[in-house]
Amino acid sequence: MDLDLSAAERFRAEVRQWLRAHVPATPLPSLETEEGFAAHRAWERELHAARLSVVSWPEEYGGRNATPLEWLVFEEEYYAAGAPGRVGQNGITLLAPTLFRYGTPEQLARVLPPMASGSQIWAQAWSEPGAGSDLASLRATATRVDGGWLLNGHKTWSSRAAFADRGFGPFRSDREAERHRGLTYLMFPLDAEGITRRPIGRLDGKPAFAELFFDDVFVPDRDVVGAPEEGWRVAMTTTGNERGLTLRSPGRFLAAADRLVELWREHGDPADSAMRDRVADAWIRARAYRLKGFETISRTDDIGAESSVNKVFWSELDVALHETALDLLGPDGELAGEWLEGYVFSLAGPIYAGTNEIQRDVIAERVLGLPRAGR
Amino acid sequence: MRFVLDAEQRLFAETLDKLLTEGSAAVVAREWAAGRPEPGLALWRSLAGAGVLALAVPESAGGAGPLPVELVTAFHEFGRHGVPGPYVETVAAAVMLGRLPESSPAAAWLPAIADGALVVSLALPPAVPYALDADVAGLVLSVDGEELRVAGCGEAHASLDPVRRLFSVTGVTAGEVIASDAAAAEAYDMGALVCAAQLVGLGRRLLEVSVDYARTRRQFGRPIGEFQAVRHHLADALVGLEYARPLVYGAALSHGTPDFARDVSAAKAAASEAAYAAARIALQVHGAIGYTDEYDLSLLIRKARALHSAWGSPADHRARVMSALA
Repeated sequence: MDLDLSAAERFRAEVRQWLRAHVPATPLPSLETEEGFAAHRAWERELHAARLSVVSWPEEYGGRNATPLEWLVFEEEYYAAGAPGRVGQNGITLLAPTLFRYGTPEQLARVLPPMASGSQIWAQAWSEPGAGSDLASLRATATRVDGGWLLNGHKTWSSRAAFADRGFGPFRSDREAERHRGLTYLMFPLDAEGITRRPIGRLDGKPAFAELFFDDVFVPDRDVVGAPEEGWRVAMTTTGNERGLTLRSPGRFLAAADRLVELWREHGDPADSAMRDRVADAWIRARAYRLKGFETISRTDDIGAESSVNKVFWSELDVALHETALDLLGPDGELAGEWLEGYVFSLAGPIYAGTNEIQRDVIAERVLGLPRAGR
Repeated sequence: MRFVLDAEQRLFAETLDKLLTEGSAAVVAREWAAGRPEPGLALWRSLAGAGVLALAVPESAGGAGPLPVELVTAFHEFGRHGVPGPYVETVAAAVMLGRLPESSPAAAWLPAIADGALVVSLALPPAVPYALDADVAGLVLSVDGEELRVAGCGEAHASLDPVRRLFSVTGVTAGEVIASDAAAAEAYDMGALVCAAQLVGLGRRLLEVSVDYARTRRQFGRPIGEFQAVRHHLADALVGLEYARPLVYGAALSHGTPDFARDVSAAKAAASEAAYAAARIALQVHGAIGYTDEYDLSLLIRKARALHSAWGSPADHRARVMSALA
């Protein structure tokens, strides 16, 4: 057992140097606004030009075949440098791994390069008004027609869909089948004929997500991911990535915890040991998440349902960390700023990617081995 | 970088698990609590025979250490089995004795520690004011600042955990001085580290037992593990323990670096909280049976509370983390 990171140190140095020269001196506007979205897209382009937008991907798609350790190191440097949030992350961390597993060579060659460069930003279109935690009850349909599928129905809470270019998600293609069967996983342009999108203001009013109405939207066969009717299995690959390490890397929380310690130095009352304990806890938990990440990439087996353990941990850490920051800021905590932006974002964490109640059920059944139950 | 136990380390853990299962550690703990230490001392000698105590003793003194990762691996198993005896204290003592010049007469105790012949207890105030199982120990030490002395076993104090038999030490100012510049800080760090490992193992066992119980105990015509209010508690216990463990191993790997004290404190704070949470959940999931003295689970529940604040409370350790950071 060791924690020898030297294999990634040269890469770390290169990344650090590049970021020092390129990270915008003043933060970009929120990526959940039209102006901010465009600025973040331009940043993705810049990252891509340095082959730093998707470091762990194969070179042919714009990556550099980085090892999992190098990826973790990249993320540490990225967030430590205060670099912008990743507007392309839903495509990069959720759809791409699904395509690496189920995509055809044609799909990989067509979809991945523009995803890597930020010229196509992807939105996840999963939830429906009647299918939130109970995703398998989804009702939007894909109907077979000559050469492809017609999509109909209503998706909602689709992150980034207000400004993104394309979407992906499961649709019901066989209405007779048992609910986990008969789903087909599809990709589609958000500006396709028949799609109406209505941005939704999140808690702070920014249009961070949208609902999508499908009215006979044609999607060609080449945009089915995996086999038709196998959509549930394909979707579960995405959730593993979503709940596991890749969506929320340790570097993000390490950097936030370090900033929190800095905030404590500036604003903390040394006599307030309760507050000091909360700051310490946030830092300790960020360190735990980092070490757990090293453990995860050291394992030779698939972490499987243990990704749910991860999701509960990071989402609760994110909220606690930002709550502590706002409390340290006192009356200024309610004012617009980086900490408030992070706080609002963190509040969604225990809900998206499967609520933490769903995660705890997954942990109970599939990690601890407790009996299956009606909810 | 490979941050998981290697094959040899895993085998070591399995060997200890087997030894402690066959040695019926729970029965031994009951005997120990009742003032009959012989089975516990026999277990002590077999664990020493398996090389556990040599891990804390330098090679020059007949040991194999210090090997913090292996020590942590062993103490994780001690925690899982609720092993009685002053193991943490003996390891901490070995750290201080191991730093003495080889010519020092006290250094001569080290080989006896390594082979299990000498059981040591110590007081290391303020965090460790009482000497655990001092009446059973062949050597009692006390630390005052950096002054290390031979002490005596004083008044007994009853602990919530009947297997932890605590004693005041005598001779704190009058006992024979062994060293005036003992490595007390390093000993404290190592003690807190292995105590943290013990806590994570203890929490694991509490969770395992509770999951088994929730699978089999039926109410309203079904296993209670089907109820979300019950199963979500158990899931939370797992989350806490899963993230305490890497902190403990991470701290073991920091041994010998300037971050050791900070990383040990991060580990001990998290392990204390995670094991204690597992204990509260274990009690709640078991209901009244878990609240009985007779049921062995209650020994583990009580130990989790005691160890929560032994070798530094979470608040002490968080304060150390912050003083290292800010």
